This record gives sequence, C-alpha cells and structure tokens, in this order.
Amino acid sequence: MAGSNPNAKPMNLTLKVWRQPNRQAQGNIVEYHVKDISPDMSFLEMLDVLNEDLLRGGQDPVAFDHDCREGICGSCDLFINGRSHGPEKGTTTCQLHMRKFSDGDTITIEPWRANAFPVNKDLSVDRSAFDRIIQAGGYVSVNTGGAPDGNEIPIPKEISDRAFEAATCIGCGACVAACKNASAMLFVSAKVSQLALLPQGQVERKTRVENMVAQMDKEGFGACTNIGSCAAECPVGISLENIAILNREFLAAKAASNNLA
Amino acid sequence: MSWITKTLTSSIGRKIIMAVTGLFLCTFLVVHLIGNLQLFKHDQGAAFNTYSHFMGTNPIIRTIEWGLVLGFGFHIFEAFALTRRNKAARGSQGYVSNHSEQNSEWTSRNMGILGSIILIFLIVHLYNFFWRARFAGDLPRMGGADEATRDYDNLYMAVVSSFHIWWYVLLYVAAQISLGYHLWHGFRSGFQTLGLNHRKYTPLIKYVGYAFAVVVSAGFASMPLYFFLFTNEQGELAANAPALLHSVASIF
Repeated sequence: MAGSNPNAKPMNLTLKVWRQPNRQAQGNIVEYHVKDISPDMSFLEMLDVLNEDLLRGGQDPVAFDHDCREGICGSCDLFINGRSHGPEKGTTTCQLHMRKFSDGDTITIEPWRANAFPVNKDLSVDRSAFDRIIQAGGYVSVNTGGAPDGNEIPIPKEISDRAFEAATCIGCGACVAACKNASAMLFVSAKVSQLALLPQGQVERKTRVENMVAQMDKEGFGACTNIGSCAAECPVGISLENIAILNREFLAAKAASNNLA
Repeated sequence: MSWITKTLTSSIGRKIIMAVTGLFLCTFLVVHLIGNLQLFKHDQGAAFNTYSHFMGTNPIIRTIEWGLVLGFGFHIFEAFALTRRNKAARGSQGYVSNHSEQNSEWTSRNMGILGSIILIFLIVHLYNFFWRARFAGDLPRMGGADEATRDYDNLYMAVVSSFHIWWYVLLYVAAQISLGYHLWHGFRSGFQTLGLNHRKYTPLIKYVGYAFAVVVSAGFASMPLYFFLFTNEQGELAANAPALLHSVASIF
C-alpha cells in the first residue's frame, strides 16, 4: 500500500458490536474477531474488513453510518470503548486510525444512545431530530436577486472568526452521545451563536432561539448540567462558551420578543 | 400555558431557576457560616444565643427567611424535574461501556447524589435546631444575670450536646464533604447557565468557586469536629486541646 508504514504489524482484534435488526427489535452485543488489520486503516475500513468477512460467511453485515470519510460530513457516529468517536480527541470515527489501538485489544462499539436518536439498525441511528431543530430556525432568510458585493456588510474579523468557529459544527451528534443527559445544547448553541454573531442573523434572532429550543425540547433531548463532556468529545472543538451564549440569547429573546405563545 | 410558564418549564428555563436559586443559596451559606463562627467564642454561648434570638425574631430576617424557603424549594424541585427529564432523554437502553470519567469531572456528573446527601442532612439539621428553636420550644433557657437575655433559648447548648454524638458529627462531616463537591461544580456552573462565560472572567469564577467550596465546607465541618474533639459537654476547651486552639480562645 502506498504511503503505508512498512514496519507496522497487522493486528488481531476482538470486537463487541451492538447488533439490532431494526428499530423495534431488541438488540444485543455480539462478539467478532478480525484478523490482519493494518494499523494504517481507519476505524471504518476495519469495519469494512469485518463486513467482508461476514458477507463471505453468508451473514448480515454490520450497518453503520458513513459518507465522506474525510472528517467533514458528520455522518460517522460510533461510540467506541465508551467514548464518542473513540478515544482520540478532536476526531471523527473515520479519522480515527487503528494505530491508536494495540494488537489483541477488545473494542466495544455501540450506537449513539438518546431517546431522540432511535437506532435504525445495528450502529446506525436516526439523527433527523437535528434536521428538525435546524428547520425550526437554524437559517437566515435571504431575498433573492443580484448577488451582493463582497464585504458590502462590514463584519469585524474577530466576530467573523468566532462565528466561523461555531459554524464548524458538523452535526454528528457526538455531544448528545457523550452527555450524561443526552442534551443537544452544544449542537443548538453552535448554530444559535453563529447566526446571533453575524448581521445577517439579526432579523430572525429572537424567533430563531425560541423556536430551536422549543423543537429541541419537543424532540426529547435532555437539559445541560454543564458537565462539559460534549465539548471534550466534539470532533471540531465547539466550546462550552456557545451554550452560555445560547442561554443568554434564550433569556433575552423570551424577555423581549413579542411572541406570547 | 402562558409564555412565562412555558419559559420556566423549558429545558433552559429550568436550568436558569436552578442557577439563580443555587447562587442565592450560596449567599445564604456565607451568612450562615459567618454567624455560626460565634460558636467559637468563649462566652458560654452568649454571643451565639443573642445572634440566634435576633435571627429568629427580627421581622426583616423572618421575611427574607421565606425567600430562603422558596430558594431551597425550587432548587430541590427543579433538581427532581431535570433529573427525570434527563434520565428519559438517554432512553431505556444505556451504554454497555461508558467512560465518562475520561471526558468530565466526577462532581459534575454526580450533583444529584451529592445534593441528595445534603437534603438528608438538611432534614436532620432543620429538625434538630430550627424546629426545636422555632416550633417545639423545648430548648433550655439561657439564664444568667442579664435580664435582657435571660429568657433567650440556649441554642448553643443544644449545638454543643449534639456535637458530642458521634454519628451526628459523622453525618455533619459527610454532608459538608458533599456540599464542598456540590459547590465545586455548582458555583461556576451557575454562572455558565446564566450566560456569564467570558475569557476574562470564567477562569476567575472557576477558581473563586473552588476556594468558596473549600472554605465553606471546611468552615462548617470544623464546628462539629471542634466540639467533638476538643471541648467538654459544656463547650469549654479541653486541657489536652492543641496549643493553637488555646491561643485562639484567649483572643476572645
């Protein structure tokens, strides 16, 4: 393999994988053994190897979510050895490499656990609750017409940087999975503070936070208790400061908006 | 539901009630601790009993007391409401393997357990001192030559005798350790919930919170330990007490 480390020794691993045929069925942990895993493989490639073995043996492969495999789409979502996206800090599962594990390791792989994220099958979970929260207000309404000139709206560099930091959220749900309360507040706060910081977000500023928090509660996510495991597990480093911004945006909107509902 | 009740029963609304009542209760702890330091005065409880008589009879204090009742009430109620919501949010199937100790502090994940220990202590504590002083009226009188204070309850002696019961001292110390850990997370968490997160002030709030947790819990815990270890049944310093305590006592 090009670019691989010739000294890296292949590994044999024991996997404890959550298997669940469908949403309604009871699931359980099933043990598998994979052999000759290259340390250069990503975690998902290791699962590909497992699935090829299963297919060859006539068994049902393990379902798991993935798409870009470049750490930017937020599709991959495994709870590995008791951690969102595994033990490596600031990384998605697709960017977690097998060199972070050792030969002979036993690895427990589970889906995200939250009432609002039902398990579709095996390790794949339904995160459309996040989509509905975004639909409730995580956008700016822009009139169509000619494209505005670049830098027509002046935004200080510091503000645009902070908004961009919040905008890096990929919506993977690692925060919900890691949180003791299955709270989605880090995710919601990233979008709320991103748009609250920017001039384009001012028009819908109050209704946005009111509607997004209402939808978040409706989906059944928990309430933040400032534990901080969300920010610690976030692959893109969304900080707890955003939750503080969410709280004061919510309080200010509730106090000052004309919405009586 | 009106917008007010909707706001206050939303996830963030409940957090905000939790934070506001929690920080209010922190101010109560300061007042309570400073007042109780008079237990260390060597006057057979004269200062402490005068103080507790004032706290029990002054109309302004008695009015603020209702605020304290509401503060505790809402803090405890919201704790139960949030715990229920948050347990349901995880769903019926939890993790087989969950290493939350690798991404968060123990205290922050166990506020409910710590708070429950404090609640048990609070019930015992209120029954033993507050209930007896305010409602039961079975405390001895102070007596003495001073006519003004002769009929005051001798709460001091009730404290001294309680703090000579080993299991009582144990409960108090355990509760104060729990309180310390509760404040360790709770103090800064309250500011965060109220939206007060700033790179200039958040580190300050964090370390002030740590200091607050240690000083308050150690301060309260020192009282039962002092009477249990170093005084006789009348609250007089024992002869074998450390020299430091004797020199402190001689200052008063």
